[in-house]
Amino acid sequence: MSEETRTPRRVLAEYTYQVSPVERGYTGQTLYVNLSDNTIAARPVTDVMKEKFVGGRGFGLWLLWHGVKDDTKWNDSENEIIISSGPCGGITQYPGSGKSLVVSISPLTNVVIDSNVGGHFGPLLKFAGWDAIEVQGRAEKDVIVVIDGPNGRITIEEAPDVPVDTHLVGHWLVEQMAEKEEDRYFMSAVSAGTGSENTRIGCLNFSLYDRKRKASRFKQAGRGGIGTVFRDKRVKALVVRSGPVRGDSNHPADPARIARVGAKMHKEIHDHDDEQCRMRKRGTSYLVQIMNDYDLLPTHNFRFGSHPDAPRINSDVWEQRFTLGLPDGCWYGCTLACSHAVDGYTLRTGPYKGQAVIVDGPEYETIAGVGSNCGVFDPDAILEINFYCDTYGIDTISFGTLTAFVMECYEAGVLDEEKTGGLELRFGNGEAAIELLHQMGRGEGFGKIAGQGIRRMKEHFVKEYGADPQFLQDIGMEAKGLEYSEYVTKESLAQQGGYGLTNKGPQHDEAWLIFMDQVSNLLPTFEDKAEALHYFPMWRTWFGLCGFCKLPWNDITPPDNAQTDEPAKVPEHVQNYVDIFSGVTGREITKEDTVTMSETVYNFQRVFNIRLGYGRRDHDDIPYRSVGPVTVEEYESRAERYDEQLRDILGLDLEKMDTGEKMAALREYRERQYEKLKDAVYKRRGWTPDAVPTVETLKQLGIDFPDVVAVVEPYQ
Amino acid sequence: MKVLSYDPELCVGCYICEEVCSDTWFKVADAEKSSIRIHENGEGNLSAVFCNQCGECIEVCLTQALYRDRKGIVRLRKKLCVGCLSCVGFCPYPAMFYHPDQTEPFKCISCGKCVEECPADALAIVDQ
Repeated sequence: MSEETRTPRRVLAEYTYQVSPVERGYTGQTLYVNLSDNTIAARPVTDVMKEKFVGGRGFGLWLLWHGVKDDTKWNDSENEIIISSGPCGGITQYPGSGKSLVVSISPLTNVVIDSNVGGHFGPLLKFAGWDAIEVQGRAEKDVIVVIDGPNGRITIEEAPDVPVDTHLVGHWLVEQMAEKEEDRYFMSAVSAGTGSENTRIGCLNFSLYDRKRKASRFKQAGRGGIGTVFRDKRVKALVVRSGPVRGDSNHPADPARIARVGAKMHKEIHDHDDEQCRMRKRGTSYLVQIMNDYDLLPTHNFRFGSHPDAPRINSDVWEQRFTLGLPDGCWYGCTLACSHAVDGYTLRTGPYKGQAVIVDGPEYETIAGVGSNCGVFDPDAILEINFYCDTYGIDTISFGTLTAFVMECYEAGVLDEEKTGGLELRFGNGEAAIELLHQMGRGEGFGKIAGQGIRRMKEHFVKEYGADPQFLQDIGMEAKGLEYSEYVTKESLAQQGGYGLTNKGPQHDEAWLIFMDQVSNLLPTFEDKAEALHYFPMWRTWFGLCGFCKLPWNDITPPDNAQTDEPAKVPEHVQNYVDIFSGVTGREITKEDTVTMSETVYNFQRVFNIRLGYGRRDHDDIPYRSVGPVTVEEYESRAERYDEQLRDILGLDLEKMDTGEKMAALREYRERQYEKLKDAVYKRRGWTPDAVPTVETLKQLGIDFPDVVAVVEPYQ
Repeated sequence: MKVLSYDPELCVGCYICEEVCSDTWFKVADAEKSSIRIHENGEGNLSAVFCNQCGECIEVCLTQALYRDRKGIVRLRKKLCVGCLSCVGFCPYPAMFYHPDQTEPFKCISCGKCVEECPADALAIVDQ
């Protein structure tokens, strides 16, 4: 970056280096930055890291384990933010090959969060010489960290001039940090926003330069509040610049194998996307009507699964709003191209009112979370919230789910206008939701309370307003401290487990069983569910080790997929990934190996949670709203289905029971079912009934290191 | 716009066009590096695949490496190409080719060398 165009900043630390070339997906170095003492250092990637932890989330967990203490909290300076792509990250031939994983201790859960994100930062970081970056410590004043690969220079710089809100960082990156158009291509920034400073639900934004739009676009590492950690460390942006990306930048072992599979996959998408999910035209918004049709679309704080107004926010509407015909992949070579945007949207509210902006999205989760779950069916309100969440650095999923909780509390009389400072937060009041978001951005009003997340809101409402703790516990859709993402799990025991039995909290990175269970009824027994709750989370975890996006795995399927032995696994695509991983790394793996690789990292993460004081059986408890009907209204909305269950499964005589008694019987049964599911799943995973990995399991996976065994030993 | 055209009735299946094309652009006689491919089906019928400059690939290219030059021919700027092969998968014919020896794909650009060397006059450059 030219010295003439850059605002001169005080450089606190400088590090010069030779860019390590990538060899079979790895540079062999990770970058360590400490903002407390301004250390910048290179650390070697060890054989253990590559063999056992692979990359991405695995590297993040390994580095974090060694960086923190048993009692480290999210806002202790020794908490870290670690970003890593993975050995396959940055190849260009296969759709969805530019993802990164971000790992940190979460302000919401106090355990490890790992968050999946697109954009260009992770791959460009690798091509600038680094398999991962660790950011530890806390700066005295706001800084940026700049990793300039072509000039072999890394700096920590004081940054009073750099904006905080992400869309402004995007302008700054393009206008201030790049002289020529071509310089913008291979630059990326990580940023958060003012909302991250004032809430626990901060997200990170990862930029990509959109050449057709000639502007920065952003993808989000949404879950877990890592944006909050970012601003706590007083970082405004991490900036990376690399040399040009080429088809062989990862220097793969077998480029022909990768090219063959990639070209085949592009053709598959070209030939079949239109008749399948139409990702290229409508992205993940295609899910809205399917979920509504199957009664799975979160509505009014997960009370219901559908709404007559859902068509107002389904993909027909978004196809009209997105700018079509642009190659909307978030990394090179993604022809699934689901990352659509609404261009030239004029903001109606807030500090940027009147500006015409690019709205990145909305994705399904945002539409469902801030839309139907809050009773908001106005596309413009969704766009307004989507934009401001992104620029403020706030996770749209946590915002949507916690606002839905607030709205139910308001309608139930737990909250009123006095307590909310005048915000009439009823279901459907999009204007009030938008103002709540702006309060989070400004750090004032009821927004400050709401921005703490559902778990702390429950405590606050009980303590300050005398609310009924059981009611709040039942309707507050959080588990482990993290807000639920946007699927109704009430009628699917497998999906309850899919969300509840995760390491990091209820999010859909790991489990995506909805259709298999609720729609196709493919998991009738406990063992079937436990098996699916083993395979699918492990398979999905694998993507985060390698740098892959999961959507090309099953949002497009080969035309003969239904005729295969296990169509839900999409076997031909699993083979594609095996070919690519082997082709990049030269490490020949099988389909089964992908599960073992994930089990290793997954078990390590569970032990990490235990080390931090959590991770036992009760850590996997879930609120009753996610399991069954909390209110009479909910019971009566599906009375036939619930009555049938009570009659057929429990053999009860419903004539003699009132609704209250029926609800109690159903609750007792379903909560017992979930406990039985825990038993089956823990057994399948090689854990004790208290959800602790056994030493035998750790030995089998080759992670029975002394410090790991020491954590689980007391619980064997 | 001048594009390549092929007459299957005149083609004798000698494959010289493939040799000439790959020799011109890759300095080696290798059908896998030719931008024209001759196919023979089971019944002895010949057909050819090569780019007709339709331009569908331009839209799918994320780096704007594919563009139409002043003569209307679809060209690839190697400097901008990241070798993703999206164009290869999206070509309807498919007439965008790739070979593992280089990361960028390649296609017919109506240079006319095959026309010169075809012994059967089965190839021509025509105005479209």
